[in-house]
Amino acid sequence: MHYPEQLKYVKTHEWIRFLDETTAQIGITDYAQDTLGDLVFVNLPEEGDEVTAGEAFGDVESVKAASDVISPVSGRVKSVNIELADNPGAINEDAYGAWFITVDNITDTDELFDAEAYAALVEEEKSRT
Amino acid sequence: MGHYIPTTDREKKDMLAAIGMMDMQALFSSVPSHILADRWDLPAGLSELEVRAKMEKMADKNKVFSSIFRGAGAYNHYIPAIVKAITGKEEFLTAYTPYQAEISQGLLQSIFEYQTDICQLTGMDASNASVYDGATAAAEAVAMCKERKKNTVIVSKTIKPDTLEVIKTYCRGNGMEVVLTGEKEGRTHLQGFAPDDSIACVYVEQPNFFGLIEDVSALAEVTHQAGAKLIVGCNPISLGILPTPASCGADIAVGEGQSLGIPMGFGGPYLGFMACKYDLVRKLPGRIVGETVDQKGQRAFVLTLQAREQHIKREKASSNICSNEALCAMTAAVYLAALGATGLREVAVQCTSKAHYLATELSKIGYTPLYPGAFFHEFVTICPKGAQNALDALEQADILGGLPLDENTILWCTTEKNSKEDMDKLVAVLKEVG
Amino acid sequence: MELIFEKSMEGRQQSILPACDVPIYLPSQTRETLPKLPQLTENELSRHYTALAKRTFGVNDGFYPLGSCTMKYNPKINDEMASLPGFASIHPLQPAHTVEGCLEVMTLAQQFLAEITGMDGVTLQPAAGAHGEFTGMMLIKAYHESRGDDKRKKIIVPDSAHGTNPASATMAGFEVVNIPSAGDGCVDLDALRRVCQDDTAGLMLTNPNTLGLFDPHILEITRIVHDAGGICYYDGANLNAIMGIVRPGDMGFDCVHVNLHKSFSTPHGGGGPGSGPVGCKAFLQPFLPNSIVEQEKRANQDLSIGKVRSFYGNFLVIVRALTYMLTLGREGIPAVAYHAVLHANYMMAQLKEMFPVAYDRPCMHEFVLDLSSIKQKTGVSALDVAKGLQDVGIHPPTMYFPLIVQEALMVEPTETESKETMDEAVEAFKKVYETIQKEPHLLRQVPYKGVISRPDEVTAARKPRIHYFYDK
Repeated sequence: MHYPEQLKYVKTHEWIRFLDETTAQIGITDYAQDTLGDLVFVNLPEEGDEVTAGEAFGDVESVKAASDVISPVSGRVKSVNIELADNPGAINEDAYGAWFITVDNITDTDELFDAEAYAALVEEEKSRT
Repeated sequence: MGHYIPTTDREKKDMLAAIGMMDMQALFSSVPSHILADRWDLPAGLSELEVRAKMEKMADKNKVFSSIFRGAGAYNHYIPAIVKAITGKEEFLTAYTPYQAEISQGLLQSIFEYQTDICQLTGMDASNASVYDGATAAAEAVAMCKERKKNTVIVSKTIKPDTLEVIKTYCRGNGMEVVLTGEKEGRTHLQGFAPDDSIACVYVEQPNFFGLIEDVSALAEVTHQAGAKLIVGCNPISLGILPTPASCGADIAVGEGQSLGIPMGFGGPYLGFMACKYDLVRKLPGRIVGETVDQKGQRAFVLTLQAREQHIKREKASSNICSNEALCAMTAAVYLAALGATGLREVAVQCTSKAHYLATELSKIGYTPLYPGAFFHEFVTICPKGAQNALDALEQADILGGLPLDENTILWCTTEKNSKEDMDKLVAVLKEVG
Repeated sequence: MELIFEKSMEGRQQSILPACDVPIYLPSQTRETLPKLPQLTENELSRHYTALAKRTFGVNDGFYPLGSCTMKYNPKINDEMASLPGFASIHPLQPAHTVEGCLEVMTLAQQFLAEITGMDGVTLQPAAGAHGEFTGMMLIKAYHESRGDDKRKKIIVPDSAHGTNPASATMAGFEVVNIPSAGDGCVDLDALRRVCQDDTAGLMLTNPNTLGLFDPHILEITRIVHDAGGICYYDGANLNAIMGIVRPGDMGFDCVHVNLHKSFSTPHGGGGPGSGPVGCKAFLQPFLPNSIVEQEKRANQDLSIGKVRSFYGNFLVIVRALTYMLTLGREGIPAVAYHAVLHANYMMAQLKEMFPVAYDRPCMHEFVLDLSSIKQKTGVSALDVAKGLQDVGIHPPTMYFPLIVQEALMVEPTETESKETMDEAVEAFKKVYETIQKEPHLLRQVPYKGVISRPDEVTAARKPRIHYFYDK
């Protein structure tokens, strides 16, 4: 389980990569994909849709579960990674390369963690289950 | 009284001892004692002989007509003997939903074969494993088309009344607005829409409630121009010969599968089939069987795309359906295999030929068609002596006439079971009606 | 095994119909090509399905302890009565005086169900339990709307509920409020009190719950909801534990559904057809779907929520259930509940020596095993144990439900299993237990003895192949 230093994380297990001050890519963390297991489908929003910090913008499905993907920021969907529609397994293979959406016009941001703090959060969650 | 409980008194005592309970009452110690009910207004239980007598007496009070000319959503088709023989097999009858794929390959394969048949009939790419009936299939298809900004469904005025009611009930739940089209000479009258982003779908039936053939391709064009999806409710027997909904531009095809080997049974259980284009498959409700391989590379069947369903999505599921009409779906598959494509075409041809024969003969005695144009195996006529008089006379002759739509019109239906002799007799009886 | 399409041969067919005895009429527009349907003779068709039957496991084949499904024996007299021409050959739109027997069947069934559930009115229209839940939710919605109470948009559902509960509430346009269960597996009364407000439309609950536990605070629970102005809906999936013992209506419920394919012995058919009649107290009756059996026309037809299905419901399933209810009668119905609960406790007492139970106290008609400690120690999961049971000849229990128990296996023997069958089943569990102790790695790959080994469900979901492709 690894958590790249240059990314930021939220407690709902998404990562965020800022491309500039108001634009960022979003995906789910290594811990998230490991917990969910082999992913079979991704439901993504459309370009131009609004996203809100703390609210779901899509979901991922494994064989036996479906899980919301929460946006860490508020803004507008600039682009969508449609490759994930054909190959959801890419998320399992490379969680930090498999970006879901790029958001611009970012206004609001939820509480972000750095890699170390997020790793600690994950350890705590694992010990509880 | 029967209860199918093998446990003897002796075994009961042994079991109570094994679990450390004094008596049977102790099993319910967590129930507040003052709501334990000891008085039940129920009859005493019966032996099998007595139950049979009682049920048969009720069955005998129902009239089994020797000749049936009524359709309107339930059809009297011939059911080949092989259908009951196969669907009565206890393995199929008493099995549960095939969640344990390894011990349910037979059942899963039979559903996969059914799904294939439905795709072949409708020309679509994907089918589910069944829903309750044609009416709920229509309602579920409408719900499939709902999007954030598209919340209106246009429903043809010429569809079966029950289907319209069920669509309305479901839409009252999911908040979609139902708008009826116009009707002209018994067919859907749908003008073009002003560019209106809010229309999710249009629902029409082919043939429609009055038995008439609609111009589905034209309706598809208007629908797609408005950015909406077309749902066609079809008669599966008619698909043995009529153009497929897919070839007419439908996005989703649904319908009532009762005519595929399922008895009329006073209304149920029936079979709702749903099929769609491939890009809509993840919106289909209900179970779907898929083909895969096992660890040794052997072909295997499983329930798939389960993340759509209620047991995973819960309050986010688009449909709550769990139990479906699995055995009825198998019935349909056996029926279709018994007939084959040529057999099904033959059934369809006979149904429509006999309807045209009857319509001609009825015309000669003043029962003229109410609507012009092409029809399949149902048609509406005027009744010169009143509908009820006609039907009463027919009932005396052990014939169930068509459905009275009002005091002066009847919706007639013929199937392959109505012989020329039957039809001539019907006409003869009506001729005598004063 | 080949698919039926792979066995087809051009030119093979059966002789079902005589030649057409009237002039042939062909529609002006016909389909371009005939559908590709199987082409077989009757004997080949018959053999194909016999082979499929051999690869299918039904209650008639053996012990089927699927928790929450009530896989009891399906009596044959029920099927025979449903095949009588006087029921099976009746058109649903025949005039009323020609179907008095059908109306009598429905009236009797309604009376039985009303009495068993403690309700005033019953509709037989819903075709399955979930369909009944949707109907019940629409009744609740119609009731609040009729009183101008537009704020009530929320339905409370415990986190142990079956997935159909929240899904049905959503279908009716409600927002679902999930409340966590208490440490004892039952409803957390404080959590319930907190969420019961003036926007509460109602509560959906089953009792005994999905853990097989009877909630002793049930009267308090329904009182809390009623005090807040909400309506209490009973999911009747677990009725087998209490029928003839206590009425849901006496527990404070206003509206219930029953599953005829569970407590009332109608066959599951591989996933359906079932039937999910809904009962309700008098104040909800005006909103029921219009019924053919009404003796007098109801005063306010337009208060009805409308139909939920075509015609009147799954009539032939109702015939089966009525046959069963008449067989059981006043004494048989509670005998079923007593023995269902006895058998479950008997099995639990023996199994808990090997597999931890989720809640270690007397259960009702089903109980839940929690295999999370086994998974932690040996890596063997509930799924592995379930597949291992296949190899020793019994149908696995329900897996991974309810969601509030980790690595759950839910066992429901029902009253129709004999002591020997249950003892044999315990022996089967014991074999799996011993394998876990000695060679747990073997269980990661079970079953070995089936016609297939574990299927690749991931590829099946990623690249769905859901029909046969004729042109490969």
